[in-house]
Amino acid sequence: MELKTIQTPRVPVRYFESGKGEPLLFLHGAGGLDLDQMFLDALAANFHVYAPLLPGYGDGEECAELRDMLDFTLHTWDVVDALGVEDPILVGFSMGGMIAAEMAAVAPHAVSRLGLIAPVGLWLDEHPIPDLFSMLPFELPKYLFHDETAGAKAIGANIDLTDPAFLQTFLIRNARQLGAAGKILFPIPDRGLRDRLYRIRAKTLLLWGESDRIVPPAYARAFQSAISGADLVLIPEAGHMVAFEKTAAVTGAIERAFDARSATTPA
Amino acid sequence: MKFTWFNLMPWPYLPDDFREKHHSVWVDIDSKLFDPVKSHEVYNTYLDLLEYAATLGFDAIGANEHHQNGYGLMPSPNLIAAALARRTEDIALLVLGASIALYNPPVRVAEEFAMLDCITGGRLVAGFPVGTSMDTNYCYGQIPALTREKYREAHDLILRAWHEREPFAFNGRYTKLRYVNIWPRPIQQPHPPIHIPGGGSIETYDFCIDNTYSYSYLSFTGYLRAKLLLQGYWERVAQRNADSSPFRAGFAQTICVADTDAEAERLYAPHVNYFYNRCLHVYPGFADAPGYRTIKTIQKGALSQYAPLRGFDNLTWKDLVEGGHIIAGSPDTVRQRMEDLIKGLHVGHVFCLLHVGDMPKEKCMYSTRLFAEKVMPKLRGLFPEYAHDDRFWCKPLEKRVRPGSLPAAPETPELAGQEA
Repeated sequence: MELKTIQTPRVPVRYFESGKGEPLLFLHGAGGLDLDQMFLDALAANFHVYAPLLPGYGDGEECAELRDMLDFTLHTWDVVDALGVEDPILVGFSMGGMIAAEMAAVAPHAVSRLGLIAPVGLWLDEHPIPDLFSMLPFELPKYLFHDETAGAKAIGANIDLTDPAFLQTFLIRNARQLGAAGKILFPIPDRGLRDRLYRIRAKTLLLWGESDRIVPPAYARAFQSAISGADLVLIPEAGHMVAFEKTAAVTGAIERAFDARSATTPA
Repeated sequence: MKFTWFNLMPWPYLPDDFREKHHSVWVDIDSKLFDPVKSHEVYNTYLDLLEYAATLGFDAIGANEHHQNGYGLMPSPNLIAAALARRTEDIALLVLGASIALYNPPVRVAEEFAMLDCITGGRLVAGFPVGTSMDTNYCYGQIPALTREKYREAHDLILRAWHEREPFAFNGRYTKLRYVNIWPRPIQQPHPPIHIPGGGSIETYDFCIDNTYSYSYLSFTGYLRAKLLLQGYWERVAQRNADSSPFRAGFAQTICVADTDAEAERLYAPHVNYFYNRCLHVYPGFADAPGYRTIKTIQKGALSQYAPLRGFDNLTWKDLVEGGHIIAGSPDTVRQRMEDLIKGLHVGHVFCLLHVGDMPKEKCMYSTRLFAEKVMPKLRGLFPEYAHDDRFWCKPLEKRVRPGSLPAAPETPELAGQEA
């Protein structure tokens, strides 16, 4: 994938681009795009994939003017406009799913296909979402992955935070990335999306790992009942990082739902 | 020199296996460990100790703000200050401070500080901390990356509320008010002196220099470790061509005084141990919410002092004394080390943490009295060239009323009224 930069009215945005086919915009979760490379490559086999980084992620410039949910939503629309794509297939994971759902709710006529992979944005008192912000690296795998051991290896959870040089790099990355994410996720990842979901007109696909311990599948049903006609695909033996753990199942479901070429019977 | 007697107000009944069995002393501390009935005595003893210190020649007694914290029982420092306001007569009250980003609207702080200033006859020294990440983000839910912007706006609003003489509209990002017009207004005009606790960011250095606020470093790790941070501050003061009055800075230090060094260890070691090895058991995940500290500050290496990721090792009395976490010993030992602290850090304000951990009142009184009588007088005369710098301290009314000045028994008021 190629890493490029595009200028939006507020801030230059870094994004990955690859593949041919229908334009598909992928919005990453609070952890950034590090674990999404395989997934994006797989998507690029059938789609023209754009994966922008939120300001503060990767080597991208920060943007102090992005403060609340509306700012994040309109910023991402600015990115779509800057890329010059119309009605892209909008796919978002976790925090990115929350942003994608907001985008589809504020501009229902501009989004006809929406893929939400374990999105946040709702809050159920009976199923509190764990506090990602106070977790130390070694605590993350058991929440993020179905296969904790493989997950720990993938994210380097057993890093040595007592090494001061490494610690500083780690803290700066956290401050930039999770600092930005916190604007819409801290302390509770609910900015009123529930009240706006009814506006979504897109054909919506919900994808969820069955053993998601960050956003448990109860949320899948909450999203499904709030978005008219939404389909839900539950993927076994997958945690919150479902696109990493079950790449083929997730890309397959997206292709079946949104790729005109794989449609067996015309509507 | 200005000496403030300070008590963090720790809960003295944390179990022996607290560190092993409990997640954190702060934020999600087990509420079953708090016994409201016992707290009745704890609070009143702590207030008695503050009032006791007020009789011994300290310049101020102090209160601070923490939330959901096993070693800080003052979610509202202004309540403590209000209790002290009526029970003391001449001593300054230092509230260090009220976390202004947490009050909605922040003019609440302008009002309460004004009330305290009026009740005490101008004895208030005000403090405006950003607040720790534990308090501000995890307990009070402020968004980490927006906390500082909100803090600055709250500060600007409070200062305008104190300065302006006409009602005004305030169109902030975080607070919108059509009619800002605080009533009452402080006695000290335009406002009480302001101290800002900071953790080593250049932005806060500049904020203090620009506004003539005193910069205070509230650390538990002692004066030896504070050198770098305060050196950075004084370098900045010099760069900005401000004068180098020591009253531009303050430092908090744990102090224990006894007759001899050996007696100090015998008397105070268990309580110091309780504080450093039990009370400071903060879960590292709560120490620094991502976005709370600016990138610049992290790059400077100014990390949270509360929960080093290595964890606090089990620190012995010897470690703590030699490392300068605590200054403890005979009056001579303490005087010598206090002089090192004051000169080394170039600080005019010392916040003396003379109550430590689960120290009982008798020991605390003993240590406090020895410090006041045998140490403090010998340190008073440091920085004679700045003795008259009163920019960072309160200016009480000369004629102040005394609490409890009602006549013993009322005259017949109706008649008195009619005669007039």
